[in-house]
Amino acid sequence: MDILNALVAFLNFVFIPAAAYGAQLALGALGVTLIYGILRFSNFAHGDTMAFGTAVTILVTWALQAAGISLGPLPTALLALPLGIAGTAALVLLTDRAVYRFYRVQKAAPIILVMASVGVMFLMNGLTRLLIGVDEQRFADGARFVINVRDFREMTGLQEGLALKTTQALTVIVAVIVVWALFWFLNRTKSGKAMRAYSDNEDLALLSGIDPEKVVRLTWIIAAGLATIAGVLYGLDKAFKPFNYFQILLPIFAAAIVGGLGNPLGAIAGGFVVAFSEVAITYPWLKVAGYLFPGWEPGGLLQLLGTEYKFAVSFVILIVVLLFKPTGLFRGKSV
Amino acid sequence: MSDAEKAFGKRGNRDASVVNPRPAGTVDGSRRSGPVGPGREGDPFLIGEGMSGGYGRGPDILHDCTIAVEKGQIAVIVGPNGAGKSTAMKAIFGMLDLRKGSVRLDGRDITALNPQDRVKAGMGFVPQVNNIFPSMSCEENLEMGAFIRKDDIADTMAQVYDLFPILKEKRRQAAGELSGGQRQQLAVGRALMTRPSLLMLDEPTAGVSPIVMDELFDRIIAIARGGLPILMVEQNAKQAMAIADKAYVLVQGANAHTGSGKELMNNDEVRRTFLGG
Ligand SMILES: Nc1ncnc2c1ncn2[C@@H]1O[C@H](COP(=O)(O)OP(=O)(O)O)[C@@H](O)[C@H]1O
Ligand SMILES: [Mg+2]
Repeated sequence: MDILNALVAFLNFVFIPAAAYGAQLALGALGVTLIYGILRFSNFAHGDTMAFGTAVTILVTWALQAAGISLGPLPTALLALPLGIAGTAALVLLTDRAVYRFYRVQKAAPIILVMASVGVMFLMNGLTRLLIGVDEQRFADGARFVINVRDFREMTGLQEGLALKTTQALTVIVAVIVVWALFWFLNRTKSGKAMRAYSDNEDLALLSGIDPEKVVRLTWIIAAGLATIAGVLYGLDKAFKPFNYFQILLPIFAAAIVGGLGNPLGAIAGGFVVAFSEVAITYPWLKVAGYLFPGWEPGGLLQLLGTEYKFAVSFVILIVVLLFKPTGLFRGKSV
Repeated sequence: MSDAEKAFGKRGNRDASVVNPRPAGTVDGSRRSGPVGPGREGDPFLIGEGMSGGYGRGPDILHDCTIAVEKGQIAVIVGPNGAGKSTAMKAIFGMLDLRKGSVRLDGRDITALNPQDRVKAGMGFVPQVNNIFPSMSCEENLEMGAFIRKDDIADTMAQVYDLFPILKEKRRQAAGELSGGQRQQLAVGRALMTRPSLLMLDEPTAGVSPIVMDELFDRIIAIARGGLPILMVEQNAKQAMAIADKAYVLVQGANAHTGSGKELMNNDEVRRTFLGG
């Protein structure tokens, strides 16, 4: 039974957390890659867009909870999500009108848009803190577990326990639905195809009667939706803290670049590559090794890197990919 | 400036993970259309009259240039490289700001319309370069051509496939994988999808083999026979004039010679300078 115990420990400590984290990164990276493909710049404000969207969603969640409305076993935040997305979409559209459009009309070099997005990042950063404060907020309610450790042990008789949190299951399910909807939209609907056409050839899109400003607005709305969903799922799974959303920008960019910037499929693959590497490299494998090789007594925890260094993992992956496959795993723009 | 230089503003590290090096459009897509005025008595179907203007704040490229197309006819523009042929086409399509002159279509003054609205007014344009969506399939390219239409486009697509059977064969293939000749067919097909009342082609036979070129010419003539007026820029002056009802020789942004195709072919000066004797 030791192999089974090893497998359960692996699922519990590596696979499930990494899958949930990977889904969150993938949703974030999709937003980044979409803006990159259509507006031609890497949006440094994406992490803080996620934070803002989550903050709005939390506020609405609190209001719903105060009114006694809940979703039973599911987190109330799901109910608040549409309003969170609407608020975030309004903010990014306002930002586009006030900041990015100015440069777009001037045909400014996109590097200038990148710098502008850094400014927008700081602004949104402050806005989020004004809105909800700098502290950690936990807003997950409803049932905590789909499977908990004790039930699992009783059910299987294994020594090792397995827990599947509601938020983890929810993250993966919502991510699958959102990704499916996004691909359906981009490949099957007229507006989605118009977005792809614009990202292929702006002038020709114009000559086909596609209104470029409409495409840009639609892109921002979708990016705001993706950012808010990613942010809320991340916040439900861990906790909401504005600073964490600034930090998560690095693994999200790593995911988008690893997958191939501008390529939605790559963003998803990249999200999981980064998440699994990060979790696997910072996990102490001692327990799993103990089940597999009972006689072996290694000196340490078999942990490659301390969890403090988890962001270094994104950096290393980024560098390796840029060195050996600069266009990313799926063909994106060459870097 | 190369695309990369434009994207990075000629400075700093050239890392495409920060900036997408794809070139931006050249037209300001946020420009709103102005009002449509009345045309003038006795106008041809399309006329760009007395057009002067250039790119952005740069010098004038066009100098009092006039181009017109009558209903059911083919008009061609020929001239040396850099004469401003493509610029004249763009000017007629509203892709650059005219300092002087006006564009009138089918009895209406459309000088103030932006390119999107000129498409809606019935103009179709195949630019000289970048005239397809490379990452989209042939069929999607045609669908995008029909973007402004709300009705069923299946019939029009079938007509385009009849005209260019190779496109039907390759309809699921990414347009970027097509050969030069196939790309040009797709580009013309895309423009036909709006069912325009006027078709503008900028060097549709550029960079294709002589056999494919003859075939393309045949198709273009077939389109014109169907009653669609065509304004075309062509570097193969002889062939172009042979099929032209009206021909314009452009030199340095100004009209140098104008006449029917036959007249110009028999004009000694035109023969010597443009048709090689
Ligand atoms: N996008 C542009 N910006 C500035 N100048 C341009 C641009 N495109 C063309 N020109 C200039 O306009 C002139 C005419 O070019 P063009 O109309 O392309 O000539 P043709 O099509 O007859 O070969 C050339 O001197 C060219 O350098
Ligand atoms: Mg030209």
